[in-house]
Amino acid sequence: MDDNSKQRFRLPMRARVATTVGGAAATVSRLAGKGDGSVIGGVISLRLAPDLLSLLAVGRRVVLVTGTNGKTTTTKLITAALAPLGGEIASNIYGANMEAGLTSALSRAPDARVAVLETDEKYIPAMIKATRPAVVVLLNLSRDQMDRAAEIWLLARRWREAIENAPDCRVVANADDPLVAWAASSARKVTWVAAGQRWREDSWCCPHCGAHLQRDGDDWSCKECGLRRPPVSWLLYDNEVIDATGRSTPLDLALPGRANRSNAVIALAVAEAFGVHITQALRELRAVTSVAGRYTQVNRRGCDIRLLLAKNPAGWLEALDVMAPAPAPILLSVNAQGPDGRDTSWLWDVDFRRLRGRHVLVGGERRLDLAVRLEADEVAFRLVNDIDEAIDAALTVAPNLEVLANYTAFQQYRVALGRVQ
Amino acid sequence: MSRPLRLVWVYPDLLSTYGDRGNALVLERRARLRGLPVEIVEVNSDQPVPRDGDIYLMGGGEDLPQTLAARRLLADGGLHAAAERGAVVFAVCAGYQMLGLEFGGADDAPVRGLGLLDMRSGRGERRAVGEIVADVDPALNVGKLTGFENHQGVTRLGQQARPLARTTLGTGNGDGTEGAYAGRVLGTYLHGPALVRNPGLADLLLYWAAGPLPPLPPQAEELASRLREERLAAVTTDG
Repeated sequence: MDDNSKQRFRLPMRARVATTVGGAAATVSRLAGKGDGSVIGGVISLRLAPDLLSLLAVGRRVVLVTGTNGKTTTTKLITAALAPLGGEIASNIYGANMEAGLTSALSRAPDARVAVLETDEKYIPAMIKATRPAVVVLLNLSRDQMDRAAEIWLLARRWREAIENAPDCRVVANADDPLVAWAASSARKVTWVAAGQRWREDSWCCPHCGAHLQRDGDDWSCKECGLRRPPVSWLLYDNEVIDATGRSTPLDLALPGRANRSNAVIALAVAEAFGVHITQALRELRAVTSVAGRYTQVNRRGCDIRLLLAKNPAGWLEALDVMAPAPAPILLSVNAQGPDGRDTSWLWDVDFRRLRGRHVLVGGERRLDLAVRLEADEVAFRLVNDIDEAIDAALTVAPNLEVLANYTAFQQYRVALGRVQ
Repeated sequence: MSRPLRLVWVYPDLLSTYGDRGNALVLERRARLRGLPVEIVEVNSDQPVPRDGDIYLMGGGEDLPQTLAARRLLADGGLHAAAERGAVVFAVCAGYQMLGLEFGGADDAPVRGLGLLDMRSGRGERRAVGEIVADVDPALNVGKLTGFENHQGVTRLGQQARPLARTTLGTGNGDGTEGAYAGRVLGTYLHGPALVRNPGLADLLLYWAAGPLPPLPPQAEELASRLREERLAAVTTDG
């Protein structure tokens, strides 16, 4: 710890001024009620010292977490799993995951020797260069907001090159996702995790040569170029995690769903790389009940409401899996503001037929897009204008309501319900 | 019709970037509502393309998958055989570019296209991303096109292809025109589920494949019409 504080203390004057001014801006932004302030604080700091992130990362063990889905949750789970190390852990838990957000997270925690940082998929090459991470976590890769995001084959190639150029870094990667496995296979040190792959529509073909992949259960291989699923050391099997020694342990998480069990196994593999035993790490993971408002239950007017956030087809598929069974009413809500992606085409990649016969409510600024989609899948629904109307409609059927919304739609409901955590 | 109308979705494993399934679902729904039996056949890139389909659908894709798909379709020959006997071909985005004589590949080098439309595509300077509105060739008797485009292509039509539409908002082919058609082969830069907001275009394809169609009951059209009006109004007021 002492070494580390000295390290921080030795930050050049320029960097110290930059973090202080940035911190002040973040406080002002928070007080003004504009989010948690991490982006504005980071932006100001970076303007004063463009290499600030590299300076702040020196002497710390950094974990970068990326992938299309599960970044925020996995970052929180890894942070929890590393708690037994003792001491502060720097993290950008509110999802500010580009350079400014990472900078802000590190400058707020000058004494933290470990940092667990959620990183946007596009920025991972630059962030690997800047932070020289001890561990990079690659979760999954699938179509997401293509009006602003890069194409995913291209993204996988950039990951692969960035990892190849960081030989000291350990990569913890999901072997079940062919794009991820191909990207990670350029690493010198890899921990392969069989974390499962629910969404396969973006990996029917070999990321290396383009041939149609052979698939058998979770196994996959390319008969053209020989690329295949690597042998794994960690495995998720239903509710059980099988660790590198072959021992099976029930996960028993508080967080719902297969996707979160998958994120938890990844977190356990990262914890092991830091020397934290699975028993200790798992105790911490089980205590996590919500992540930045996601999975939170709130009660309004006698209605138990659970909020789920998902932003793309793979995420919606996973979220529909964890919905409470009938008769629980379901509110689906879609916006198409900048952070959501302005194109709603992705709704046609989600199979809604399983909602036939359910009590479905449809909201959000683009509810007509969703309505036409549900009509094509022969799912009956009712349009609602806001969360109160949805609660009224839900209460005529059951005392609870499952809400699935994309990014800004989720934030609107969260604010309407009183900024639930 | 003695056998079901056969919708062949070509290479969803390579050409399905964003909601392309929507076009198959819209055609299927609009045929069913009129009492036409219909089936969707998905053909992956390791399977032969059946020659007896009625409507062939091709979606979007990244550069590398697009090049691979064109190569395999040329080698397979099934799509060409079907188009030759008058089957309908409807392609969006990367699939649209592939219908031409050539298109720009991953390293900007020209790649040989399927040659089903007299046109050539290359890479433009800027990526065109956003809502698009275009007035369709009056000969086709279809309302305005409304949709979303996301591409960096520039397409020049030759003598044998006609522009599908003229853009009033957005980029399309890059010269004020949008999409192209010749006979029953039709393509557009509107990406993904282009037929969702353009039921008139969906019905044109069904008419080409199955002949005159009875109108749909008004309630079956209501939501799609509302969505179409909402989108057209939103983009004209946003400027």
